[in-house]
Amino acid sequence: MEKHKHMSETKERYCAGRDQKGDVWIEWTPAPTREIHLQSSVKALFGPHLLEVIDRTLIELGLADARVVVQDQGALDFVIAARLEAAVGPVTGKKLALTARAAAAPQRKRLRRTRLYLPGNNPDLMINAGLYGADCLILDLEDSVAPAEKAAARILVRHALAHVDFGASERIVRVNPLSSPYGGEDLDAIVPMAPDALLIPKCESRTDILNVEELIASLEKRFGLVHPIPLIGLIESAKGVVNAAEIALACDRLAALCFGAEDFSADIGAERTTDGRESFVARCQVLLAAKAAGLQALDTVYANVQDEAGLTASAQEAVALGFDGKGVIHPSQIKPIHQVFCPTAEQIDKAQRIVAAMEEALATGSGVTALNGKMIDAPVLMRAERTLALAKEYGLL
Amino acid sequence: MDFIANAVGRLVPTELEGRRLKPFAGAHADLAGGTGYGGRIRAAAQYTDKLLPDLDAAIEACAIRDGMTISFHHHLRNGDMLINLVMEKLAQRGLKDLVLAPSALFPTHEKLVALIESGVISHVEGSMNGPIGRACSLGRMKKAAVLRSHGGRFRAIQDGDLHIDVAFIAAPCSDAHGNANGLYGPSACGPLGFALADSLWADRVVVVTDHLAPFPCYPWTIEGGHVDYVVQVERIGDPAQIVSGTTEITRSPTRLLIAEYAARFVRDSGLMTEPGFSFQAGAGGVSLAFVKFMADYMAAAGITADFVRGGSTRFMVDLLNRGLTRYLLDGQSFDRDTVASLRDHPRHVETNPFVSYNYHSKGCFAQRVQVSVLGATEVDLDFNVNVNTHSDGWLLHGIGGFTDAADAHVTMITAPLVRNRVPIIVDRVTTVTAPGEMIDVIVTERGIAINPRRDDLQERLRHSSLPIVPIEKLSAMAVAMTGVPEKPRFNDRVVALIEFRDGTIIDVVRQLIPRE
Repeated sequence: MEKHKHMSETKERYCAGRDQKGDVWIEWTPAPTREIHLQSSVKALFGPHLLEVIDRTLIELGLADARVVVQDQGALDFVIAARLEAAVGPVTGKKLALTARAAAAPQRKRLRRTRLYLPGNNPDLMINAGLYGADCLILDLEDSVAPAEKAAARILVRHALAHVDFGASERIVRVNPLSSPYGGEDLDAIVPMAPDALLIPKCESRTDILNVEELIASLEKRFGLVHPIPLIGLIESAKGVVNAAEIALACDRLAALCFGAEDFSADIGAERTTDGRESFVARCQVLLAAKAAGLQALDTVYANVQDEAGLTASAQEAVALGFDGKGVIHPSQIKPIHQVFCPTAEQIDKAQRIVAAMEEALATGSGVTALNGKMIDAPVLMRAERTLALAKEYGLL
Repeated sequence: MDFIANAVGRLVPTELEGRRLKPFAGAHADLAGGTGYGGRIRAAAQYTDKLLPDLDAAIEACAIRDGMTISFHHHLRNGDMLINLVMEKLAQRGLKDLVLAPSALFPTHEKLVALIESGVISHVEGSMNGPIGRACSLGRMKKAAVLRSHGGRFRAIQDGDLHIDVAFIAAPCSDAHGNANGLYGPSACGPLGFALADSLWADRVVVVTDHLAPFPCYPWTIEGGHVDYVVQVERIGDPAQIVSGTTEITRSPTRLLIAEYAARFVRDSGLMTEPGFSFQAGAGGVSLAFVKFMADYMAAAGITADFVRGGSTRFMVDLLNRGLTRYLLDGQSFDRDTVASLRDHPRHVETNPFVSYNYHSKGCFAQRVQVSVLGATEVDLDFNVNVNTHSDGWLLHGIGGFTDAADAHVTMITAPLVRNRVPIIVDRVTTVTAPGEMIDVIVTERGIAINPRRDDLQERLRHSSLPIVPIEKLSAMAVAMTGVPEKPRFNDRVVALIEFRDGTIIDVVRQLIPRE
C-alpha cells in the first residue's frame, strides 16, 4: 500500500498494483457510499465477473464504503485479490484467507540444476513460470523488488503460492534478510503458505541461519505445518565466504549453499568480469563448505541472456568444479544448462557397469570390488548412482 | 434478407446489396469452372508515351467517377504513402461512394476512417486494419465490407466479382513503359506479386514510382503491356517502415515455448525426414522462432527441404544459404536481407497469389506445402479458426493469406492459450475465417491438440513426449484460469462478409453493440 496526500484536498488515498499487462492498479479513497469504477482491457468479456470479484473481496477485507478505482490490464482473479488486499488490508487490518496448495512434502535432496528468478511483484511472469522445465523457481522478494513495493510483492507471492500451478518446479521464495526491515514480515507471510524451500540471502554467519530457523520453526508450529521447510543459504559477501563452513553446518534444514557473484564482487570492490577470476576462489570455498557438510552447491547466474555459447561454457565450468546447479534469469537459459548437466552415453554405461559390479559384490557378501582393474568403493558408487539418477531425469534410462 | 446455414453451421445471406451469394459448402467443394472475366483493352497506338507529369494528371486521365472501385497493393506495408495520397486527392475532387480495394491495410492508413465517415469511401473490399475495422464494426461503412484472402482476392478479380476501375500500383522501380518490380530503388520491398491481378484485370492501371529506371526495367513483375500510365513522384513510401532493418526473434518465453513445441511436433511427426519436406511460416513472433528451431533440427538431421515459403525473413534466407532448403518461394519480404537475397540468389523466387494461393485455377502450390504455421485470435472445439474478429466482437484484422496457407498438408495454429486473460480456445468462434476441416493442430504453451479428423497425425505422434491433449482439455485449462467470458452482442445488420477462397460465404460480421 502506498499512502498519498491529494494536493487539492485533505482526504487520503491508498493505492497498490501496477498499470501493466497482466496486472491491475487499484486506488481508493474513503467515501460515504460504495462506488467501484472499473476500467479494463477485458471489460467486454469479463466486466460483470470482475465487478463481482472486486465486490466480494472488498467485503472480505472489511471495506464497506469507499470510492474504488480499478485499472485492469487482464489480471487474473488471484492478482486482483492480492492487489486489493495490498491496498485495503493495512487500513482495515484484514487479510484474505488463503489455503496453501496441496503439494508433496518438501525435499531437501532433489535436482536443482536450474533455478529461475521471478521478480515477486510481477504476476505476468509467474503465470507460465511452471511451463519452462526449471528445477526450481525463485519467487523473489529481495533484490528485484523496490522498497516501496515490498509489502505488495509479499502479498502477491502469498496469493501466487495459493493459486498458481508451478508444475513440477520447486517453489522457492527468496525472502529479505532478517537484518532488513522486511525479513521478519516476509517469513510471517510466506511460511504459512508452505513453500517448497526458502532462499535466505546475505548469509554471513551461523547466527544468521539460526535466527531464521528459530522464526520458521515457531511459525511452522503455529500454523501446524508438519514438514520442515528446507533452507538454501545464499552467500554473497566476503564475510559469508569466510564463514561458509560454519554456515553450512548451522542447521538440519539446510539443503544447499548458493553463491551470489554480483553482490560478492561489489562487496570486495572488484569489477564483475566474464571469466569471473575475482570470484573464483570464493565460489570454490562456498562449494567446499557445502560439500563438506553434505549439501548441494549452487552456482551464481550467467547474466548475459543473449550469449548461449558463454552460458554453456559457464555451465560446463560449474559442472567440472562440482556444482549442482546454476541460477537462471531467462527461461531460454534452462535447456542449455540441463544439456550440460546431462550425462553422456559413456558416463551412463560406465555407471551402470559400476552399479552392477557392486550389486554382484554385495550378493557375494563383499563390500568392495573392482571394474577393469580399478577399485569400486563408496564414493565411486555414489557418483555412479548420481549419474544414473540424472540419466533417469533426462529420460535416458 | 434470406439466410441459409452453410457447411460450418453459420447463417449467411443468399443475397446482399444486389450481389447474389453462395454459402460455403466445404473447403474443397467447389472446382474451377465456367469462364473467366476479360478486362477492357484499348488500342496500343495511344500508348507511345505513358509518362504523366503528376498524380492529378493520372486521376484526370482515368476519368474517375463516383462509385468507382480503386485498388492498391500492400507490399510497402506500414511505409505506404500512396493509398492515403490518392484517396485524399479523390476526396478533394468531391468524389464519393468509392470502393476501396486494397490487398491489405496498415496502421498508417488510419486516416481513411475519416473518408469512410464522410462517404468518400462507401466500403472496403479486401482487408482491414484496427481503426478501419472498428469503424466497420460500428456500422460506419455505407455498404458491407468484403474480406478476402490473398488467393481469394486474385480469384475475385479474375472471376469479375471484384471489378477494379482503376488500379494504382506503387512500384519501387519502373521504366516509362510501366514494366515494374519491387527489387530496386529507395522503396525496394521485394516481391510485387499482390499487384499482379490488378494489373491484369483493372480497366485502368497507373504505375506510380519514385525510381524511374531506363527501359527495360527487368525483372518485370508488372508487365508494361498492362499499364496505362506511369507517374513519377518524389516518394512512394517510408523505407524504414517498408522493411525493417532486421527482423528479431521474440524474447517472450511463452512464445518461444510455443515455437519449440511446434517445431518438435514437425520433427517428431516424421514429416521432416520424409522426401518432399517443405514448410511455410510468416514473420510473427512465434513464426520466426519456429523457423530458427526448424533450422536447428534440420541441420542436426542433415535434411534439405524441397522448398520453404514466406512471408520471408532473414531466417528463411539463412535456410537457403545454409543449404537447408533448395528453394525459398517468397510472397513478401519483411527485412532488408530478404530483399537483397531475392535480388541476388537464383533460388530465392518471387511468387504471386496466382501461383501460390489461387484456388480457382488448375491448382496452386498451397496444397503442396507440407506444414503451414499460422496464428489465430480464436479456435473453437470444432477447430474452426477466427483471425478477423476478437472475442469481444470487434473486427480488427484482414484474412491475409490464412485460408490459402491453411490448405497445406498439415496446418498448425500457434497461439498462447490465454492472451492477457483472453482464452484462445472457445466453444464457438466469434467469426469463422477457416473451417475446422482445414486445421490440423493447435499448439499452445500448455498443450497441443490434434484435430480428431487426423488419425494419421495422432498415430505419428504416439510416442512423442510432447504434451498432446484433447482440445476440450485445453479449453478447460484456459477457463480454469480466466473464467467463462461474456459473448459480444450484435444487432442484425451485416457489416462485413467473410468470403472463403472459392468465393462462397463462410461467415458474416454483424454490427457490434459495444458495452458502454
